[in-house]
This record gives sequence, C-alpha cells and structure tokens, in this order.
Amino acid sequence: MRHELTISCSKGNLVVIRQFMSESLDKYDIEELEKHKLILAIDEVCANLIIHANKCDERESLEIMLDVDPHSQVTFTIKDQGTGFDISQYQEPSISELISSKRKGGLGLMLVKRIMDQIEFSKEKNHNICRLIKTIK
Amino acid sequence: MSKVDIVKNIEGDIYEVKVSGDVDASSSIHLDNALEEAFTAKEKKVLINLQEMNYISSAGLGVFIARLEEVKMQGIQLSFCELQPNVKQVFALLGLEELLSIYDSREDAISAYSK
Repeated sequence: MRHELTISCSKGNLVVIRQFMSESLDKYDIEELEKHKLILAIDEVCANLIIHANKCDERESLEIMLDVDPHSQVTFTIKDQGTGFDISQYQEPSISELISSKRKGGLGLMLVKRIMDQIEFSKEKNHNICRLIKTIK
Repeated sequence: MSKVDIVKNIEGDIYEVKVSGDVDASSSIHLDNALEEAFTAKEKKVLINLQEMNYISSAGLGVFIARLEEVKMQGIQLSFCELQPNVKQVFALLGLEELLSIYDSREDAISAYSK
C-alpha cells in the first residue's frame, strides 16, 4: 500500500513528516523500535534535503512516498528539485574525527546507512529521487 | 515546529539539564544553548537527564558530539541518564554507549559521580 505526503521545505515540517510516517506505519505489524528507526531514517534524509539541497526555501517541496509490502519490505521514495546529492562522493567520517573537529554535522547519513538496507540517489528529468529500502520480517 | 523544553536544576555540585520533547534539526539549537550555559557554569559535574525526551535525531546527537572535546578540556564530568528505549537505540546505532557515561537511573548517575 502507498502513503503519500507533499510538504514544503521548512525544518518545522520535520515533525509533520514524522507524525505522518508514524501514523502510516502504525497500520502494519512492525515492532515499535523498528518503526522508530524507520522514522528516524526518513527524518534524517528529509532534514538533509530541506536544509542542504533546498536551503530551507519554503517555496520548494518534498514529495514523500511510503510503500509497505507487509512481511517483506518498506520503501521510502523522496522527490525534490533541489541541489542533487552524489552518494558516491560521500565519505563516512569516524566519530572520533567528528569529536576532534567539533563538527555538529555528518551523523545523519551515517545513521541512515546503519538503519536501511539500500540507499539510492538518482535523477529523473528535473527531479532528484532518493529511495530507501528496508527488509522487514 | 518540534517542541523541546529544557530545565536546569542545580543540586550541590551537580548541574542537571532535563530535556523533554523532540530534539531534531528544528529544535537542536535550544539544546545547544542549554549545553553552552551548563558547560560554562562553575559546576563541573553535568548530568543530562533524558527521561522525558521522546525523540533525538542526528542534529541533537551532533550537539553533544561537537562539545565532547570542550568537556574533556574543561575537566567536566558529563553523564547521561534515564534514556527512553528508542533514544537509547539511537545512541547505540552510533556506538555512543561506549564513548559516553550513560546510566539507567538518575540515582546511579549521581552515585557514580561521588566514586
């Protein structure tokens, strides 16, 4: 089943995205902590897209789709028109590097990679597409 | 906008920061400001009580990570207590349990200071 949300690029909307995902995932038999991890992953990607790819420009929006195949997999698809992200250029920092450089950023994608089984970034016409896939029991 | 409330409580030589609500990219600035205040206070034992914190994303974790060097330099004894299971899970995903002093209860955290 597909659940869809289109929302403007404001950091204040992250809570709306989490609520939407929580209510949508509640319809399925997914363990509470597992559900929380999925919501965290989508929050992290949307925060990145809102802040970095769309510079918190509220005239821009994210199209978010959640597809759940019960007992098989959860797929998040996020479309936007901001600055694309090239995952092949992403080098995961170590926690000790972040501590010594006093950097606040860098943890988001690290979390997403540890939660989701597959992360894909692609471009289609004038849209960037991010797809996150997690196998569920 | 995510709602986060931060209350400070000073008991003896312990500076406690009680965080409640959701700490995400829109609200982490409030946590950062509270830590700035805590780490510049005269008390060198700082306890972060997360009993009523429902959610933390990388933006919130980043606020702690970015200040760990300062904590070390200033000789601050930083502890965390009362993490909700979902919050504990996020700390564990990044291996922060190995790096930080995290206690199940406030009492355990306080008694560990006096050892």
